[in-house]
Amino acid sequence: MKRNVLIIGGGPAGIEAARRIRDYGHTPILIEKEARLGGHLAKWHKLFPDGESTEEVLTALTSDMEGIKWFTDTAIVSINRLKHLYVAIFSNGITVQADAILFATGFSLFPAEKKEEYGYGIYNNVVTNADLEHFFNTGNDPRIKDPKVIGFVHCVGSRDEKAGNRQCSKVCCATAVKQACEMKERYPDASIYCFYMDLRMFGRKYEDLYLNAQRKYGIFFVRGRVSEVSEDIEGRLVVKAEDTLAGKPLRITMDLLVLMAGMSPCIENPEIASMTGIHMGEDGFFMPRDLMLRPVESHSKGIFLAGAVTGPKTIPETLNEARAAAMAIDNYFKQKAE
Amino acid sequence: MIDFGYTLTPSSTIEIDDADLSLFDQLCALEPDALKCMSCGSCAASCTAGVFTDVNLRKVLLSLQRGCEKDLLFQLKSCMLCGKCYIVCPRGINTRHLILSICKIYNI
Repeated sequence: MKRNVLIIGGGPAGIEAARRIRDYGHTPILIEKEARLGGHLAKWHKLFPDGESTEEVLTALTSDMEGIKWFTDTAIVSINRLKHLYVAIFSNGITVQADAILFATGFSLFPAEKKEEYGYGIYNNVVTNADLEHFFNTGNDPRIKDPKVIGFVHCVGSRDEKAGNRQCSKVCCATAVKQACEMKERYPDASIYCFYMDLRMFGRKYEDLYLNAQRKYGIFFVRGRVSEVSEDIEGRLVVKAEDTLAGKPLRITMDLLVLMAGMSPCIENPEIASMTGIHMGEDGFFMPRDLMLRPVESHSKGIFLAGAVTGPKTIPETLNEARAAAMAIDNYFKQKAE
Repeated sequence: MIDFGYTLTPSSTIEIDDADLSLFDQLCALEPDALKCMSCGSCAASCTAGVFTDVNLRKVLLSLQRGCEKDLLFQLKSCMLCGKCYIVCPRGINTRHLILSICKIYNI
């Protein structure tokens, strides 16, 4: 029996899950609130550790969408549970009956202006990791003008209880090191500094990325969190941190500062949780049934989770969760049929 | 003038803007592995001379990178070139060779 699966969120998790669910013989209905599919990935340029182009990854993901019903510019207005199925109303007026729902709603990028001491939106030469990827994609950012000294600030809105995020965002260390190398390639004469608390290069080939950044690109690493940034009379940035490995305060004037904005829980999570009964963790991300054994199932029957909706993840981890969720949904239908 | 006993303490801040890294660049041309240090501290922990003197290769390398090596370079005089740090370095830096190159370039 063919069943409807509503997939909310058209990022990598949603797209991959939709394809797999279709392959299992069910009917995926994918909705995305933005104008195009791809989520945050669509705004990125290249991926760590090998610099794979996001465009190629997205093209591969969306190459085969046959049998998938998908809507962009579409959000959820309401979800109601009838006995064995869910009724969802979309913002485009369409109503759908779904036998299962997959939340692939991802994360929200931490708003860097919240860390006022770093001066994003106040000083001219402060950008975020997302702005830099946009610059790599378009070559156009008035704030980036042949910089001679560039700084990367890790953990902006991550590992920061006061900013509301105690957790590590997982992907920013590798992203910062990747972006530092890319900037060195564009501006070979620039001195580049990364300010980190811990370098979490956990994945395969990530340590090689770090080693390359040191040895091949000559990126300097300063262990210490940037405490404050101010602008001098020429509009350059005076950056202060402690060099904790030297045990001394450090000061440096820079032409460009890149803030590694982390992953915050999707801002719509509380609303979704109250609509569906999905459990939300203390950190604001959704809680699966069991972090070890049932990572893609929610506490609500027929509702599944995949990707960064349950915490920061890399792209391959997200894609694997999407596949696992598709399988879990198929198993759920099989058990229901018995 | 009356001496009230007050003095000015020089700033301990590492000022990267004033750093002259020309010697460090020379060192890296000769010893590119100098950039590979990840400050794990194995060298200092295993150092034969470090127990009795201030010598700490990790700190010296960092100070070279920041251009504030002046007060630390003397430490290398205590090195006995035993090579234990070379054995323990997880990044495989030829520390013994590196120390000799530092001594040559920085004229110790």
